[in-house]
Amino acid sequence: MASTATRPDRTTATQEFLHNLRLLPRTLKDAWFRIGHTPESEREVSQATFHNLFLHIHSVRVHVRTLAPAFTLGLGLISAASFVVLCITGVLLMVYYKPSTTLAYDSIKDLHYVVFTGRFMRNIHRWSAHVMVVAVFLHMARVFYTGSYKKPREFNWLVGLALLVLTLALSFTGYLLPYDQLAYWATTIGANIANSPRELTDAIGISTWFDPGGFQKRLLLGANFVGEDSLIRFYVLHVFVLPVLLIMLLGVHFWRIRKDGGLARPEEPMGGPAEWGGSMKRVFEPLATKTYGLMALVKGRRPTVNRGPENTVMSWPHLFWAELAVFMLTVAICLILSFYSDAPLKELANPAVPENPAKAPWYFLGLQELVSYSAFMGGLLIPLIAWVGLALIPFLDRRPGGEGVWFGTPGERRVAWQSLLFGLLTSVGMLAFTVNFGWLRNWFPRIHQLWIIAINPGSILVLLYAGWSLLVLKRKDSVRLAAVALFTCFLIGFTVLTYFATIHRGPNWQFYWWPSQWPVH
Amino acid sequence: MPDLTMPAGSRLDPPRVNRRSFLSLAAIGSFFGAIGVALAGALRLPNPAVLPGPVRRFKIGFPDQFAVGSETRFEQESLFVFRDAEGVYAISAICTHLGCSVARAPNGFACPCHGSKFDLRGDVQAGPAPRPLPWLEVGRAADGQLIVFADNEVPEGTRFRV
Repeated sequence: MASTATRPDRTTATQEFLHNLRLLPRTLKDAWFRIGHTPESEREVSQATFHNLFLHIHSVRVHVRTLAPAFTLGLGLISAASFVVLCITGVLLMVYYKPSTTLAYDSIKDLHYVVFTGRFMRNIHRWSAHVMVVAVFLHMARVFYTGSYKKPREFNWLVGLALLVLTLALSFTGYLLPYDQLAYWATTIGANIANSPRELTDAIGISTWFDPGGFQKRLLLGANFVGEDSLIRFYVLHVFVLPVLLIMLLGVHFWRIRKDGGLARPEEPMGGPAEWGGSMKRVFEPLATKTYGLMALVKGRRPTVNRGPENTVMSWPHLFWAELAVFMLTVAICLILSFYSDAPLKELANPAVPENPAKAPWYFLGLQELVSYSAFMGGLLIPLIAWVGLALIPFLDRRPGGEGVWFGTPGERRVAWQSLLFGLLTSVGMLAFTVNFGWLRNWFPRIHQLWIIAINPGSILVLLYAGWSLLVLKRKDSVRLAAVALFTCFLIGFTVLTYFATIHRGPNWQFYWWPSQWPVH
Repeated sequence: MPDLTMPAGSRLDPPRVNRRSFLSLAAIGSFFGAIGVALAGALRLPNPAVLPGPVRRFKIGFPDQFAVGSETRFEQESLFVFRDAEGVYAISAICTHLGCSVARAPNGFACPCHGSKFDLRGDVQAGPAPRPLPWLEVGRAADGQLIVFADNEVPEGTRFRV
C-alpha cells in the first residue's frame, strides 16, 4: 500500500516529490477505493458493499427468493430504471426547451427537426414515461398479489402509493409542456376536473362562500385559463418539485425495503443451506440451548434475528448482476420503442378550437370515460375512493400468511379468477348499456345535477365492486380474499375503461368500433 | 425522586407533568407551530392575487350588423351572438363541463370533448354538463358598437334592446 509516508534519509525534497508523483496512480486508487484492489474474499466483498454510498442500500447478503425473476418480475427495478432514463433525457431536453407560450412549441420543433439526436431524446423521454407508468402499476399488482404489503411492510405500501400519485402527476405536468393542441386541451380538461367540486357546491348553492374547486384550479393554472402562468407552474412542477419529491420518497422506499428485512418471503426453518465459499452448504447449526440475538435493537422478525445466513447469497455479484441486467433491459426497451415510434406533436395550441376528440394520455383515459358521466364523481371522488381503499388494505388485512408467494393464501387464485370475470362482465355490461341506452339525463332532461353526480355508470360500478367484495368477505370468511376480490375488480375495471376510451371513443366522445370509422372533420 | 406512594397514571389521577417536561413540550410545540404558520404563509404565495389572462370584453360590431333572426359565431371569443325581435343576446361557447368549446348542432350546441348537448337557449339536454351555457352581459360601447362582457353572466332570457 502507500509505502513512503516519511522521507528516507539522504533524499532531497525533489526526489521525494518525484517519488510521490510516480506513485500517484496507486495512491489515488487507494484513496478512492478503500480496499485498494478488487475485493476477493467474501469479507472484502462485504466491506466493499458496506462502505460504498451507492452499494450500501443493499444488504451484503441477499435471499435467493429475492433473486428469482418469477417472483418480482423485476418490476420495481424497471420503474426505478425508467425514472433514471427520464432524468437524464429530461435534463438534456431542458437545454433547449423554453417554457413560454410563444416559444415552447417552436423549441419542441427545433428539438424534433434541428437538434442533433433531439427527436430521439424526446422519443426516449416519452417512451420511458410510458414504461414507468406501466411498470409502476404492474409493480403494485405484484406487491398486492404476493401479499408483500403485510406487516411489517404496511408503511412501504403507503410510500408506494404516494410514488404512484407522483408518477402520474409527473406525466400530467409533462403533457402541457409542448404547448400543442393536445397539450392545451388535455390541460384545460385536467384543470377543470380540479375545478369540479364546484359541481357539488353549485348544486347545493354554496360556491360563493366555499369554493374548493375554484381554489384548486387557480392554484394549478395561476389564472382562469391555460396560459403563460400555467405553463411556468407546470414546468416548475415537472422539472423540479415533483422529481425532487419522487427522489426523496424513492429513497425512503428503498431504505424501508432494507429496514423491513428485504423483500417479503415466507417463514423458513432455521439452519438451511447458504452460499459459502462458492457453493451452497449448511453453515449455521443453531443450538437449542442458546439464545441468539443481534447486538442492536431490531424490530420484527424479518431481519436475521436468531438465524444464520440460510438460503442467502452474496449481493456482490449476484444481486448487482441482476440489477444491471434489468437496467439494460429497460434501456433497450425504451431505445427500441423510440427508434420505431415518434412522440406526437400536434398543431400549435389554439384556445378557440378544441381537438376533437381531446384525449388525455392513455393512462388517464379510463378516468376520462368516468369524467364523461360526471366530472366530480369520475374525476375526483372515484379516484380518491380507490386510492384510499388501496391505502387501507394493509391495515384491514392484518392476518399473516402467504407473504412473498404469488396467490399465497388458500383459494386466492380462484377468487382472483372469479373477480376477474365479474369485473369484466360488469364493466363491459355497464359500458354497453350506457352506449345503447344513454343515462339519466337522456331519460329525464330536467333532472337535478345532484342525481347525475351520485348515480352514474362510474359510481354504480364502484358499488357493484364493493358489493362483490363484501359478498366474498361473507362467503369466504377472509379479509385477504375480500381484498383480492376488490383489487382485481378495480384493476379490471381500470383496464376495460382505459381500453374502451382509447379505442372506442371518437369525435364528440361517441362510440365507434374502430378509430378508422371516425368521420373526417 | 418521584413520590412512589402515589399510584401514577390512572385516569382520575394522571401523572404530574413536571416543570421541565412542560417547558420542553411548550418549546417543541412552539417550534412546530411557528414553522407551520410560516409555511402556511409561504404557501399562500402561489394562490394568485390577480388573475392574468385576456380581457374578456369584446366589441362585436354595430347593431345594424345583426339582422333580426340572425346568429353569429365568434370563434376566438368563444361565444355566439343572437338577435331576435326582443333584442340581442350572447351565449358562451365554453362548455360548463370541462371547458371545451361547443359547436353549433342542428337544434342547439354540442361539445366535442365529452358529448354534452345543449338546446338553443343553452339548457342541458344530454351528457355530463352540470349547468346550462351561461348567457353573457351585452352593452353598448361609447362609439355605438355592441360590447360583450364575457366574464359577466346574466339570467337566461336577458336581452339587450337595440
